[in-house]
Amino acid sequence: MSAGEAESVRTAPPSTAHGIPAVRLSGATLAYGERTLWSGLDLDVRPGQFLAILGPNGGGKTSLLKVLLGLEQLRGGTGEIAGSPLRRGNPRVGYIPQLRGFDSDVPLRARDLVGLGLDGHRWGVGWPSRARRQRVDELLEQVDATAYADVPLGRLSGGEQQRLRVAQALSTDPGVLLCDEPLLSLDLAHQRMVVDLIDRRRREHDTAVLFVTHEINPILPLVDLVLYVIDGEFRLGPPDEVMTGEVLSELYGAEIEVIRREDRIVVLGAASTGSPHHHVDHSEGAPIHRDPQL
Amino acid sequence: MSLLADVSWHDVVNFSDYGELLPLVRNSLLAGALLGLVGGVVSVVVMARDLPFAVHGISELSFAGAAGALLVGGSVVGGAFVGSLIAAALLGALGLRARDRNSAIGVVMPFGLGLGILFLSLYDGRTANKFGLLTGQIVAVDAARVTEMAVAGTLVLAVLAVVWRPLMFASLDAEVAAARGVPVRALGLVFMVLLGCAVALSVQVVGALLVLALLCVPSAAAMKVTASPLWVPVLSVVFALISTVGGIFVALGTAIPISPYVTTLSFLIYLACRLLAWLRGRRGWAVAALH
Repeated sequence: MSAGEAESVRTAPPSTAHGIPAVRLSGATLAYGERTLWSGLDLDVRPGQFLAILGPNGGGKTSLLKVLLGLEQLRGGTGEIAGSPLRRGNPRVGYIPQLRGFDSDVPLRARDLVGLGLDGHRWGVGWPSRARRQRVDELLEQVDATAYADVPLGRLSGGEQQRLRVAQALSTDPGVLLCDEPLLSLDLAHQRMVVDLIDRRRREHDTAVLFVTHEINPILPLVDLVLYVIDGEFRLGPPDEVMTGEVLSELYGAEIEVIRREDRIVVLGAASTGSPHHHVDHSEGAPIHRDPQL
Repeated sequence: MSLLADVSWHDVVNFSDYGELLPLVRNSLLAGALLGLVGGVVSVVVMARDLPFAVHGISELSFAGAAGALLVGGSVVGGAFVGSLIAAALLGALGLRARDRNSAIGVVMPFGLGLGILFLSLYDGRTANKFGLLTGQIVAVDAARVTEMAVAGTLVLAVLAVVWRPLMFASLDAEVAAARGVPVRALGLVFMVLLGCAVALSVQVVGALLVLALLCVPSAAAMKVTASPLWVPVLSVVFALISTVGGIFVALGTAIPISPYVTTLSFLIYLACRLLAWLRGRRGWAVAALH
């Protein structure tokens, strides 16, 4: 099958100054029944690296995150987080979901959403304690959410909720952050704020970031590696090598034009081949400033 | 008009023998308190998982079970439990997603109700028994029944205490809960069984038609006035206790069955909570949030 023959590019050197990669997949294959989502995927993400995972819907981007979370099993190959095998509920892995609406009556306040990330998986009733409260306060402060710590979740804006999602994901002090379209339905200012929070974590704690998105521009200045997945084919490499007309045309099997201008990439022509998301650059404001440390 | 005139107010409400009546309804009060406690706690999860419709569906099958037991001369309580648990298992197996679940309930509920009515029409015993299954018969609770209820209720609460935190995580934030390793699906099934037990307990007392007053309204009211995961269950239990125990106290002095009082009290509590939420909404949550 074409998926099996897909050429894999190992860009990140396996051994680095940090030694063990934050995320490693070797010859990984994921399939549901007859359908192979991807196979022969070799991936090393070093601590502090930022990997963008792009491609049309249904291509297996979210499934990749589920594999790393231990929620889906690989059909073949192996996977590791910080040197230990993939498993469910690994506290070394933080997860940021896309924005979803909460009922106005949901019995959670801002601080409780963060608290669930901290110990929501443990059995028992979970009585409040001073230590727990302090830890939650710290996490809220990290994402500048202290002002609305006690406001019910149902009354917070999308941007405020996604801030809390970052704090929730950081509650276990993870070495890897998996982000599944966390910017979806946020306006530009809030997109930037969430990206900044994730980036701050990455720089200060050397946390690896795997970021599923259909829009690369909000994160482009931060991206070290791009994994482009489409119909069982994938390309892995630095943005300059993957986000080119030649590579994407080959992946999509159609003529794709990629225009690169400063800190933005505009992909043209992909709309007719099943990627509704790349044909227009949605950004209207200025691009995110390139971090001087990068 | 003339009909109304024939029923004098004194026949309906008469508190003159109150003191003598109290010892006689000791068991009923205990049963009511127990139900308030279990219902108040369970209703929090019912609302968190968006299950009011499932409660209704389970209660209809519980009614069918109880009616079937009545017909064959078996234990009504046992029948109610069997019906509830079958319904809970069916709903758990047929669909955990809200959409699948709702259609499954829509299919199962009328079938259960129809079965129940069939059994009752075949049954030629006391009509009070028939009516009681639908609308409640708490005054008929005896000591043995209270003991049974206490055992079942304690079991439900004990299991809930063990699974509470991950269950609430899985109910309110399923995606992240799964990512953190919480067994979301298994907890959903466990809760369905617990819910089946809670419904069977309630059906005996408030009747199949009014179970929602105990397993939905208390926490719905509590969630109007607080979003604290600690205060929601506490208030929910308080509201449920006021409804059940209060309903029994008021019913003592009157000739009307207990269930209208229970439902009216819980409805009034809900209205009061909504009003409070509305007033607070006008002032803004950030300032007035109940911690």
